[in-house]
Amino acid sequence: MADIPGEGQPQRSALLVLGCPQVPVQTSIALYLMHRLRQAGINPVVAGNRSAITLLVVADPRRQYLGEALDLDRMIGQITEKKRDFEHCFVFIHNDAGISYAATMGAILKARLYAVIYGEHSDQIAASIDFPCNKIAAKAVHNPVPLKKMLDEVAPWAA
Amino acid sequence: MGCIESLPYEVILRGSSFKESREYIRKNFRENRDIKPGFKIFDTYIIGVPPIAIGLDGDSVIFPYTKPCHGTFLLRIQDPEEAARLRALK
Repeated sequence: MADIPGEGQPQRSALLVLGCPQVPVQTSIALYLMHRLRQAGINPVVAGNRSAITLLVVADPRRQYLGEALDLDRMIGQITEKKRDFEHCFVFIHNDAGISYAATMGAILKARLYAVIYGEHSDQIAASIDFPCNKIAAKAVHNPVPLKKMLDEVAPWAA
Repeated sequence: MGCIESLPYEVILRGSSFKESREYIRKNFRENRDIKPGFKIFDTYIIGVPPIAIGLDGDSVIFPYTKPCHGTFLLRIQDPEEAARLRALK
């Protein structure tokens, strides 16, 4: 069960920016990360396309982990218009588009930025990111364990 | 794609990387501008690794459009008002 902040205490929050859900580990790692964030008293908010969000909704029917989930373009609009800000931002990356979204989040948010990199070409993708961010990378496609281990090592929820 | 999908657009590059888009615009459009991520073109927030290059060619605007599953498309849309607005940017 998630810790509930005390009365008057500001709610800590983290944004999870999901990519195209074609690589299976994304949904699994997103749920795991939301679990760890909630345990640490950080409220996770998800932004993604309809398929990426629907995968989470179906996998978490009682919404134990998933809270607010918003269309990616709407979320970018709200951030750009200064209606939202987050303490942490995790961008899930397995292709070039993911790099573009991460760079965009780095430019429009003040949050601590994490690039969660996975998939067949995780090494090349990690090497091509030259803007400031914390990289959490593993060659994980179907098996989420290597990426989970990297997340546990970095423990961003403790930062 | 929201607003942009409803406009008559021409795809110049399909599924390109953000770097290819930037290099293509700088090489092929003498009149170009750099914008920041989150800048609005045709009422749509532009995504990318800064600096994001956009091109102007007469009444046409050439810009990268990124979709999570399909990568970056380089689009050309003819719109005198939007071209004039972008041309006026310092």
